Amino acid sequence: MAARGLRRAGPLGISALALLVLVIVLALVAPLIWQQRADAINAAEILRGPSGAHPAGTDLLGRDIFARVLVATRLSVGLALLATVLGVTAGLLVGATTAVLGRRAGRWIGTLINITVAFPNLLLALFFAVIFGVGAKGAVLAIGFATAPGFARITQTLASGVAGRDFIAAARIAGVGRFRILTRHVLPNIAEPLVVTATIAMGGAMLAFASLSFLGLGVQAPSYDWGRLLGEGLQQIYIHPAGALIPGLAVVLAAMAFNLSGEVVARAIGLRSTSTGTLGDPPPPAPSDPMPEADALLAVHNLQVSFPGVRPVRGVSLSLRRGEAVGIVGESGSGKSLTALAIARLIEPPGEVTADRLEFLGEDLRGDVSAHRRLLGTSLAMVFQDPMTSLNPVQRVGRQLAEVVRTHQRADRRTAWARAVDRLSAVRIADAAKRAGQLPHEFSGGMRQRAMIGMGVMANPALVIADEPTTALDVTVQKQVLQLLQNIRSAENVGLLFISHDVTVVGQVCERVLVMYAGRIVEDLPASALREHARHPYTRALVAAVPDMETDRNLPLAVIPGRPPDPRDLPVGCAFAARCPLATDRCREEDPPLDSLETGRRVACWHAEQTVPHLSLIKGEQS
Amino acid sequence: MLSLLVLVTAAFAMIHALPGDPVRAALGPTAPIELINARRAAMGLDDPLWLQYLHYLGNLFTGDLGISMTSGLPVSDVISARFGSTVEMAVLAFAVAVVVSVPLGTLMAVLVRHGRRRAGDFAFTSASVVLATIPEFLMAVGLVFLFSVQLGWLPVAGRSGPDSYVLPVLSLAIGPSFVLARIVRVEMLTVLEADYVRTARAKRLPDRVVYLRHALPNALTTTLTLGGLLLGSLVAGTVLVENVFAWPGLGGTIVGSILAKDYPTVQGVVLVYGVGVLLVNLVVDVALAVVDPRSTIRES
Repeated sequence: MAARGLRRAGPLGISALALLVLVIVLALVAPLIWQQRADAINAAEILRGPSGAHPAGTDLLGRDIFARVLVATRLSVGLALLATVLGVTAGLLVGATTAVLGRRAGRWIGTLINITVAFPNLLLALFFAVIFGVGAKGAVLAIGFATAPGFARITQTLASGVAGRDFIAAARIAGVGRFRILTRHVLPNIAEPLVVTATIAMGGAMLAFASLSFLGLGVQAPSYDWGRLLGEGLQQIYIHPAGALIPGLAVVLAAMAFNLSGEVVARAIGLRSTSTGTLGDPPPPAPSDPMPEADALLAVHNLQVSFPGVRPVRGVSLSLRRGEAVGIVGESGSGKSLTALAIARLIEPPGEVTADRLEFLGEDLRGDVSAHRRLLGTSLAMVFQDPMTSLNPVQRVGRQLAEVVRTHQRADRRTAWARAVDRLSAVRIADAAKRAGQLPHEFSGGMRQRAMIGMGVMANPALVIADEPTTALDVTVQKQVLQLLQNIRSAENVGLLFISHDVTVVGQVCERVLVMYAGRIVEDLPASALREHARHPYTRALVAAVPDMETDRNLPLAVIPGRPPDPRDLPVGCAFAARCPLATDRCREEDPPLDSLETGRRVACWHAEQTVPHLSLIKGEQS
Repeated sequence: MLSLLVLVTAAFAMIHALPGDPVRAALGPTAPIELINARRAAMGLDDPLWLQYLHYLGNLFTGDLGISMTSGLPVSDVISARFGSTVEMAVLAFAVAVVVSVPLGTLMAVLVRHGRRRAGDFAFTSASVVLATIPEFLMAVGLVFLFSVQLGWLPVAGRSGPDSYVLPVLSLAIGPSFVLARIVRVEMLTVLEADYVRTARAKRLPDRVVYLRHALPNALTTTLTLGGLLLGSLVAGTVLVENVFAWPGLGGTIVGSILAKDYPTVQGVVLVYGVGVLLVNLVVDVALAVVDPRSTIRES
């Protein structure tokens, strides 16, 4: 654990810990070794600059500043420690009291803590310094009490987090008293973060102490800590800068040692390292079908998307004509959404997109995407899955729509706004003029999705890519949104690429369906063939898994056994083989290519000719 | 509002929480008893506590903060003479911190996103941690050494021409600038992954618009919330920086009056600082409401 923690700490953390050890050792031994030297007054050497004998020079009385800084370590660290201990104890008591006291009293104290926390530490320290008086003792009390509210707040937060857990409830039911619950159950569970915070607070206390002493409110002569030395040194900064700089450096280094060590420990406790897998040899791009037809609105050939260590889309080819609706269906992780994003050129680094062909309206989209900004901005519309998060929460909806034509068609503000209102009413948002001036959170989920679609049709799109546009919506709202997409498609002859995990919806909306599995298209078939004439065992299993009115409700719901393969670790042969009832040795050794069958159909399966009853493909109804 | 009441009560209680007699403490152990009694009576210290409290509140409403024990001048006069230069310094430093941190943090986020430029990111984070740890008055000492002693470009102390503002303001602003820049960076990195930023990109807006108009306002909400606390401590930082630069502001007054045990002055100045902090919080809340129309003004 310690070694692992150290490794995670990194060079910065290790040096912080080393520095911390040095500070503590110095605090212990420095006065024993250098005390005399530090106090030796030498009238012959007043205010000398740094030299061999005096590395940091001498002060007004000819005393060695470096020795004084070293000796002052004990007082500086010791007082800060005292103040921290006091602050932590007081904070802990107050914070824990809120947990022990009843709800109302606890809330009052909580409010008081919150108010105090709003004031900076130094102001609180000054306030308490007035009450406790000037001097080391007063400063310890002042800084201690100034630290307390922050600690009380943290204790309170942590304790209320623990208080909700089951074992506390169990203890309470078992009749354990409040105080005992606090000491036996709550405190041990929040000790770790508290210790870390205390270490960081220690760094803050050192700085606060230096501040007070520097102001003359802390340690009084003839005692000295770093703050006092710094204040004295500052008087002579013109003649003798080292006198101010060396104590200053000492304060900063020591404070940083405590701060960083605390954070290092926090990180070692809290964070888990994330490992990134490595990408094996990329599989040779699967040979695909001949080129899609030439008059296509969208033509994609051998599209691949890869991220470091994984290739979630492995050679997708598809085409789409004007006015056509094509669906992509597959389980989550099948690469369907990434395919959509890749086509729209919205994959960001470290993701990489390659394709032998990626044409939209006859324009090659490969290469620098900014060259196609206008075309994509006006002719390609995207509708995303979650309308709750896809609109900018702090901008008026109308403005977010208007932006499209303002950017790409240089429309003036008023024209753009009018268009936005017009489009909002086109997507059946009632009272569009008023709604345009509202923020997204004033819209319902369905309205937001319609607004997203409205945004897509601000210009004159030739293609709408809708990525699970109805998944986050109610069933009733789903229908409206689907109907809206259909209307737009037929009214303006717009192509639709519809991505969904729901094979039924895709079948209703689209003319053609592409079934994706593990980053590849495994079947391309007309929607009309989906129910009865699918060839790929996976497609058939998907269809069969959908319950309908005739499904026997006494049987468990049908599922496809197993899970999709990890895209980081794909099998050699057909990716579906492990879950396929038809799988043979050939399937496990050779990946089937996506072969064209009769017009418009493609399938990637060695057993595509085999007809097997749907029902035997899925679990549940077998048993 | 509640905070203000707590603050006022605390300032009132401060004097009464003092061990011993504040008048005795201020006048010194050798002062004759008659003088002390007279002064006590003049200050109303012999009245019952609740009466004193009501008097105190009443006086506050009329802007009367009492009489300074050392100078004999009304505390409100002492404060108003020095208030301006402290506010000047704090506001300038705040402005510098915002002007530096927001572009810097945004730039860092844009440059390092998707794990690019790791070395640069590490350097920025380390440097900002170090710079943010250095307290204002040490920063001040370092800057004085560099720019006044070594280079001789800027005056070492005092408040005269525009160049005398540079070092005090910088010493106050550098730390918060980097802390804020780090917050902006982290927030921007989170926001840039948000769905609505993807929507903005899907609209093919220029990068500049995506970053500045869609991402930044969303990043600023959290930044402001966290930054508010930081700005509060900036108010406190002026106390130290003023002492380094012999700045004729409230910082010198409060330290001087604490040392001289001039409690009415201390009380008044503490009150002013406290109100300053509360004001900063209020401004942050209002700014939040402007940037993010969803959030309503929280009750303090």
